[in-house]
Amino acid sequence: MTTRKWSFHPCGNYRERYDQELTVFETDFGRLWAVLGLVLLFGAVPFASSPYLLYILNITGIAAVAAVGLNILVGYTGQISLGHGAFVGVGAYAAAILASRWNVPFLAAVPAAGLIAAAVGMVFGIPSGRIKGLYLTIATLAGQFIIEYVLVHWESVTQGTMGITVPPAGILGWSISGDLPFFYAIYLVLAVMIWMAVNLMRTRYGRALVAIRDNDRAAEGMGIPIFPYKLLAFGISSFYAGVAGALWAYYLVSVTSEPFNLGLSVEYIAMVIIGGMGNMAGAVFGAIFITGLNEILRFVTEAFMNMGILSEYGLNLAPLREFTFGLAIVLFILIEPRGLAEVWRIVRSNFRLWPFSY
Amino acid sequence: MDFFLHLLVNGLSVGFLYGLSALGFVMIFKSSSVLNFAHGELLAMGAFLFLALVTWAELPIALAFLLTLAGCFFLGFVIERLFLRPLIGEPLIFVIMLTVGLASMFKGLLLFIWGGNLRTYPDFLPEWMGLTWGTISVPPVYTAVLAVGTVFLILFGLFFKFSSQGIYMRSVADNQRAALSLGVHVKRVFALSWAIAALVAGMSGIVLGVINGINVHDLSAIGLKVFPVVILGGLDSIGGAILGGIIIGLLETFTGGYLSPSLRDVVPYIALVVILMVKPYGLFGLKEIERV
Repeated sequence: MTTRKWSFHPCGNYRERYDQELTVFETDFGRLWAVLGLVLLFGAVPFASSPYLLYILNITGIAAVAAVGLNILVGYTGQISLGHGAFVGVGAYAAAILASRWNVPFLAAVPAAGLIAAAVGMVFGIPSGRIKGLYLTIATLAGQFIIEYVLVHWESVTQGTMGITVPPAGILGWSISGDLPFFYAIYLVLAVMIWMAVNLMRTRYGRALVAIRDNDRAAEGMGIPIFPYKLLAFGISSFYAGVAGALWAYYLVSVTSEPFNLGLSVEYIAMVIIGGMGNMAGAVFGAIFITGLNEILRFVTEAFMNMGILSEYGLNLAPLREFTFGLAIVLFILIEPRGLAEVWRIVRSNFRLWPFSY
Repeated sequence: MDFFLHLLVNGLSVGFLYGLSALGFVMIFKSSSVLNFAHGELLAMGAFLFLALVTWAELPIALAFLLTLAGCFFLGFVIERLFLRPLIGEPLIFVIMLTVGLASMFKGLLLFIWGGNLRTYPDFLPEWMGLTWGTISVPPVYTAVLAVGTVFLILFGLFFKFSSQGIYMRSVADNQRAALSLGVHVKRVFALSWAIAALVAGMSGIVLGVINGINVHDLSAIGLKVFPVVILGGLDSIGGAILGGIIIGLLETFTGGYLSPSLRDVVPYIALVVILMVKPYGLFGLKEIERV
């Protein structure tokens, strides 16, 4: 029997073989929409948006790369990491040092930064061989603080609090500078990284990770060596973090250790949770939501400050950003723990099944 | 030698404070297995409530102290009821991230109301409480802290040992399912343990505020330093929290004094990783961690 491609979604689960479970696109429509989306993203979006919006889009893209990586670790393997922000920092510093000291070109520096971050991530993943659950969470928290300390105090390499200025990026003689070229660089990388992640989850390695998440003892009983696979998950997710960090370093030109603090790690975890754990699209949704929320809150607080009424009373509205950020996390966990991806699925299936939604 | 003694006293007092701050954390973990990332903010809540009552409402110290404790008790109760109870039985990451979100909310709220500057309480401790002993003098604050801390420890020891609610709490901590089947109202115990933990956190917050001044950022940093302390002492051991606090405090001050001041803040976390690798259940924790 040849693989039948549905043009429409069936109204139930009529899958008969495993390769049907593994399809990325269930219908040709889905494939068409994906292609259309990519064409729109690369053909229309950058020209239709203002420089400020382009900057936001670029930041979102970088965050999405990191969030997709963290989703592999948290959503698919079930290991909670509070050190992802630090791994992004490792990637940023690695790219900056490679580019500024040894003139490594952009195309080599970005994957190299990913590999260095992956190595560091695997070192901090070693405790996962011995401990799990909340103990592992605490270990990654310690990793966050230790990496932060090293970034600030290993001055001969990282130049301490001075930071490093990254030379401009270039591919084969073209220089990449400004928001528009970076938009293409960042979103091409994001597309490739998502493609890799989606397909990784369809291989035996991806299925092994999911098995470990669902029940580690059963997974071990089925012959999956748990510790190497957990290390692999830490390595892959840190590789994503490193690539995101390298893009960050090139895009924002100077690297200091300040942004890569615990707050950033929490933001990445929030992206994964708000987007929807164990869902690739979810990580991207989460990145868009959190980056967007940050920008909107900044915009609103600045608008209020400029009205002058509030500043007369000496009120400082900036902390309300932190409050709203926390509130968003809490509300999502309490109301829709499966995140934006689930909301999106509900909306989509309402359209699909209309008018007979049963 | 003088320097050594100075560091020793300093480390002991810092460590005792860490232990005291870790108490509430351990109580929550012991009864409901929730890892509370908002602990530093609970400390800050207590400290600022006391500040408001003392400076704005100008209440007498003792009354303000009692009212603060009552307020924190109520706050802990409300937190459990509103946020934690819907999550009973949910995966670990949701519970952890919920407390992270709460931490962010409380921090934003406190910064909004009081700002990020260092604030201090009016001086209310009498001079005679200070001790002088050769070249080392202990300021009155520390003796007061030691006294308050000891009184609290004894009171809680008695509470857990003899009162019916304390026995319920211990039974839930020991075996939730068995306690449930014997008729213990487990949810009420969760609520009560959050309330008591918030009360203890509020008390620790006041103490920290009296010694170091109150600042939201500092207090929430202490909330994170609780982790090395409780892992060293054992996540579910109250005595372990105090001892772990003292060891971490000594480690910190001696590293700061003899090696390098900048290493001071990170050494607890290095110790944390080592402990997790070598002896993950800590000094007095229950050895129930699954080996992977």
